[in-house]
Amino acid sequence: MMNPAVVIEVARLGKTFGPVTAIEDLSFTVHAGEIFGLLGPNGAGKSTTLRILITVLPPSAGTATVLGHDVVTEADTVRSLIGYVPQERAVDRFLTGREHLELLGGLYHLSRTETNARIAELLKLVNLEEHADRVVKTYSGGMKRKLDIACGLLPNPKIVFLDEPTLGLDVQSRLRIWDYIRRLRENGITIVMTTNYLEEADQLCDRLAIIDGGSIRVIGSPLELKTGLGGDSLALTIKEHEAEKLPRLRDGIRALPLVRDVRINPTGLDVLVEAPEKSLTAVIEVAQRLDCSLDGIEYHRPRLDDVFVAHTGHWLRGGTPEDAEE
Amino acid sequence: MMQMTFQHYRQEVLALTMRWVRRLSREKFSMLFTLVQPMLFWLIFFGSLFQHAANIQILQAPNYMSFLAGGVVVMTVLNNGLAGGVDLLFDKENGFLERMMSTPIHRSSVILSRYLFVMTITGMQILVILSIAFVFGVRLETGLPGIAVILAIGMLFGVGLTAISMGIAFSVKSHGDFFSLLGFLSLPMIFLSSALVPLSAMPGWMQVVAMVNPMTWVIDAVRPLIITGWEAAIPQVALAFVILAIFDAVCLYGGAKAFRRAIG
Repeated sequence: MMNPAVVIEVARLGKTFGPVTAIEDLSFTVHAGEIFGLLGPNGAGKSTTLRILITVLPPSAGTATVLGHDVVTEADTVRSLIGYVPQERAVDRFLTGREHLELLGGLYHLSRTETNARIAELLKLVNLEEHADRVVKTYSGGMKRKLDIACGLLPNPKIVFLDEPTLGLDVQSRLRIWDYIRRLRENGITIVMTTNYLEEADQLCDRLAIIDGGSIRVIGSPLELKTGLGGDSLALTIKEHEAEKLPRLRDGIRALPLVRDVRINPTGLDVLVEAPEKSLTAVIEVAQRLDCSLDGIEYHRPRLDDVFVAHTGHWLRGGTPEDAEE
Repeated sequence: MMQMTFQHYRQEVLALTMRWVRRLSREKFSMLFTLVQPMLFWLIFFGSLFQHAANIQILQAPNYMSFLAGGVVVMTVLNNGLAGGVDLLFDKENGFLERMMSTPIHRSSVILSRYLFVMTITGMQILVILSIAFVFGVRLETGLPGIAVILAIGMLFGVGLTAISMGIAFSVKSHGDFFSLLGFLSLPMIFLSSALVPLSAMPGWMQVVAMVNPMTWVIDAVRPLIITGWEAAIPQVALAFVILAIFDAVCLYGGAKAFRRAIG
């Protein structure tokens, strides 16, 4: 099999804001025609990385090239080759959808005929034809997002960067946006996107980099990452009043031969096991021996949640207390 | 190649300026008020209020209204110029600026388009103010060419003011900060200048402060164009051009620095 063409190359990238290090020593490549995701919690450094790649933020260390052009020294060339879809609300409420696209046509130096042809094409793609001449302040969140995407596609870019494309959208809008993104890939466009939704990363991305605390923890396709854990997951729920027994239970289970990893979560334990048919009974035995009454036990193939926890030591879900132990 | 670049630049500036024009046309009501409102109140209310209280001898003008007209013209430039950056601050806050910055445009076209728009509006306001003043009996001593010179001075003053405004917009944390700083700046700039009374009528310390306020020099060039005539005006206008060239250079330098720090 041929090596896929590299369209973005990031080498030892770093960015500091005064005393704060936003990202450190980031290296990765993006291949032509794939959907590449940067997955991580808020403040992990995803947006900083994206903003360096779209040339609006200069890096403090390292280099990044987009289609072979350096994002600092050849910023103008990079800008003319990429499209950018910022987070929601980056619209002018007093302009119509069409006027947004016309403005961008001017900024990308397209001729009037070219601009109009592109606009017609894009409005059709995102189903905004009927609303094109209404001011954006009357748009719903999903419509604004569609307009955002149309704006990002206006210059007919080879690579499109999307910052949290479905943040705050309802389920239907989210599915529709995913659909557009997949359609772009079918047309040969490379997509780089940030997200803090595990499900989105899992369903949409061909490959993803998990970023936490300003550095990359792991890179791979969702499937690779999941099988890379080398086991299946058991989730043990324990009765609330027995929470103090959790550390002992964890140590007991960890000592079992088929168990690869054990972590305490808010309601019990996450256990990574090989050969679940054997280890399941062993785990239950340990619980009985230690006199812990289990509330439930759930077995599943590894999910991206498990990958995330395994590589970062904490959960991505908002509001979930972190496992401070490890 | 050079030709191409210039065409690109013109296209960018035009597209960005169109954005402001479209926004304004969308708010017809506010357009009416933008054009007619704030400075006219100064002229009509202040002008009438102090008509009899003001000493013609000290003013060296036929009446207070004609004295005040020059001040109100320059105050219009001041307020519009200083407020001119705030829309870019909103753009910065909601990410629109970043979207524009990710396109292959020359950075300055964003600023130039804003300046062109704000100063076109300001120019129209100046014409409205002078027309209203005319209705109240103020006759321009230098006629139509005088109006052209007044507009030129206003536009030149506007360059530095817009630069200050952009500098603030790109330096502050929020638009709340922007407006407090704006309020803090603009009133003293008006009162500590020759806008409302001549320097000779001020207490000593105020005179000193007013002398270093560029507002004073600009007003002192505009005022003789309205009330005295060319002979008195020409040296003042020449002096104002020199001072404005320095003022603009300093402001542009500071504004560009702030812009570069914020945008990269």
